[in-house]
Amino acid sequence: MITDVEPIITARFDQPDAHTIDGYERTGGYQALRQVLASWSPARVAEEIKDASLLGRGGAGFPAGVKWGFCPPGVWPRYLVVNGDESEPGTYKDRLLLERDPHQLIEGVLIASYAVGAAQAFIYIRGEMALAQERMAQALNDAYARGYIGKNILGSAFSIDVVMAWGAGAYIVGEETALIESLEGNRGMPRLKPPFFPAAKGLYMQPTIVNNVETLSNVPWIVRHGAAKFTALGAEASKGTRVFAVSGHVNKPGVYEVEFGVTTFRDIIMDPAYAGGIRDGNQLKCFIPGGASAPWFFEEHLDLPLEKGTVDRAGSMLGSGAIVVMDHTTDAVKACMAVVRFFAHESCGKCTPCREGTTWLERILRRILDGYGRPSDLDLLMDVADNISPGIAWPPKQTTICPLGPSAVSPLSSALGRFRGEFEAYIARAEAARAEQPVVLAGAHAHAHDHGHDHDHDHDHGGHH
Amino acid sequence: MARLTPENEILAREIIGRYPRPKSALIPLLHLAQEQDGYVTDDAMAHIAELVGVTSAEVLGTCSFYEMFKLHPCGRYVINVCTNIACMLCGGDELLHHAEETLGITAGATTPDGLFTIEAVECIAACTEAPALQVNYRYRYKVDNDAFDSLVDDLRAGRLNDEIPPHGTLARVRQHIPDDKRAFIVSPEEAAAAGEPAWMHAHETPSVEGGA
Ligand SMILES: Cc1cc2nc3c(=O)[nH]c(=O)nc-3n(C[C@H](O)[C@H](O)[C@H](O)COP(=O)(O)O)c2cc1C
Ligand code: SF4
Repeated sequence: MITDVEPIITARFDQPDAHTIDGYERTGGYQALRQVLASWSPARVAEEIKDASLLGRGGAGFPAGVKWGFCPPGVWPRYLVVNGDESEPGTYKDRLLLERDPHQLIEGVLIASYAVGAAQAFIYIRGEMALAQERMAQALNDAYARGYIGKNILGSAFSIDVVMAWGAGAYIVGEETALIESLEGNRGMPRLKPPFFPAAKGLYMQPTIVNNVETLSNVPWIVRHGAAKFTALGAEASKGTRVFAVSGHVNKPGVYEVEFGVTTFRDIIMDPAYAGGIRDGNQLKCFIPGGASAPWFFEEHLDLPLEKGTVDRAGSMLGSGAIVVMDHTTDAVKACMAVVRFFAHESCGKCTPCREGTTWLERILRRILDGYGRPSDLDLLMDVADNISPGIAWPPKQTTICPLGPSAVSPLSSALGRFRGEFEAYIARAEAARAEQPVVLAGAHAHAHDHGHDHDHDHDHGGHH
Repeated sequence: MARLTPENEILAREIIGRYPRPKSALIPLLHLAQEQDGYVTDDAMAHIAELVGVTSAEVLGTCSFYEMFKLHPCGRYVINVCTNIACMLCGGDELLHHAEETLGITAGATTPDGLFTIEAVECIAACTEAPALQVNYRYRYKVDNDAFDSLVDDLRAGRLNDEIPPHGTLARVRQHIPDDKRAFIVSPEEAAAAGEPAWMHAHETPSVEGGA
């Protein structure tokens, strides 16, 4: 269903000066903060966000208000960390929120920090996003100058410093415990949960709330308009609006804020108001519904609503709001390779099934694509996958410290499950070539070796190919 | 082979002062070193280690994990061509191939004149603008071969100097917290001693108190 809702967090995207403090103040900016500091207790703020059932927008979809309540009572200091590491393939919305409306995020950070009692807040922006960092640094400087951040904010008892931190190129740092390691100045390797749930033992082993950029950008609106107005939008557990990036083989790739829970995949992919259908009048082959970690969807899933529970039950996830559409001309083996290679490249190397498994998946796929595949390779791929993600279930069973390893299995089980014939065709061609020219086999070995990443060296977490 | 300049050392101390623990400043300080020299030198890492109070091996340990940090000189312009799924579907591999042919180097290499380095990179969060690339982390969207060629011409001729600084410089605006506005940046131990923040019971009504 296509509904005509006013955008909540992308409302200022067409306002050219929205990233400036004047542009933000002119359009209601910092009113929610004033309102909170004038008359709301921290507990009331937390209640309001809980009532809004604001689901986290970073991937896991956990309710933000509930998370804020997980800090152990009486343990101080607490910290608040914003996850602006956006790098899940297909995901493109946090960068826009940072570049176009940085004050909206800052206001959300301040209100959240007030609610949880944070001693300091950090906005961690992906290293590669120079403009987002520039806009955020300026926005923070301006917000300090006008008394929205710092000592005794707007004359109240609320005091906090908000510091911009930035990364240096590593997808895994988007995982919240790896992000905390990075913020402590370490290699960005995830910590084991339990015991290191950030809300209990996070930054400097203190209670830490980690939230996504989009999640916190919703907070000022919820405070100003009330949770009831937020929950009036959406369906089931998925309330408010959500921002989706629709990319790939569509007529109008774009970033669209739609009503959560009711808009369907068909609406957002096919409707002229959004992505406008498959390019060149082609047929849909498949689509990734929620970022590279998500199992793929097909024609029969088009009428599912963009609703967390529904999509989970259908065997995938909305993840980070990244819809990547492939038309019938797409080579499924190549597409699979692009995603699997990503995970092999980005594995931090801490767990054996992920480090070795993803590397082998990439190598085997590489040799299939290069024309050296063997008939046993498809079973071998699934066997390796099963060692990373036992039973290849959804949601995955984990043999690893974080979900990155099992994520690499999603594209493989999807592509191989649905388009096995395409893999077999590559292998049949390889077999035919081998029958004509048996000597090629030696080349296959050398080739596969050349392209592999050497994870045995403790140098970087994977090299460029 | 440079340590941080006196001006950059002042900046480094200011950055360190924004964190509860000095080591947290490592990544920003490594960026500062890379901004100064175009890559991260051994001397800069030793200097950063002194400033932060860790060994230079620990600095290298952090530095070597992150792909943006270069331990050797690279081109004045680092061109990152996205080859991940959304760009791949829309011609990212072909764009990379064109870039390699045009500049006469393969991904990962630098042109002999030291001007350009090409890298094949994973998703850069511009998926709806595919195929996309970055030059020193500044975006170019929907890049076709002609657009790539004129980009290279413009960079060579210095026409983009205002928009695209040499490799190493990210944001050209730095955060600065004036001393009289600073709230409370102290170590976790000191913060623990201070206990519950002052505002936690602001505007409390008795009914809410029971729940808190
Ligand atoms: C491998 C991996 C990568 C992740 N990358 C991101 C990311 O780039 N941005 C993000 O907000 N969350 C990311 N997450 C999810 C975070 O761990 C965390 O759940 C999220 O930041 C919490 O914020 P939210 O509750 O507001 O969604 C990632 C998780 C995993 C396992
Ligand atoms: S699953 Fe992979 S990325 Fe995650 S901690 Fe283990 S090795 Fe690192």
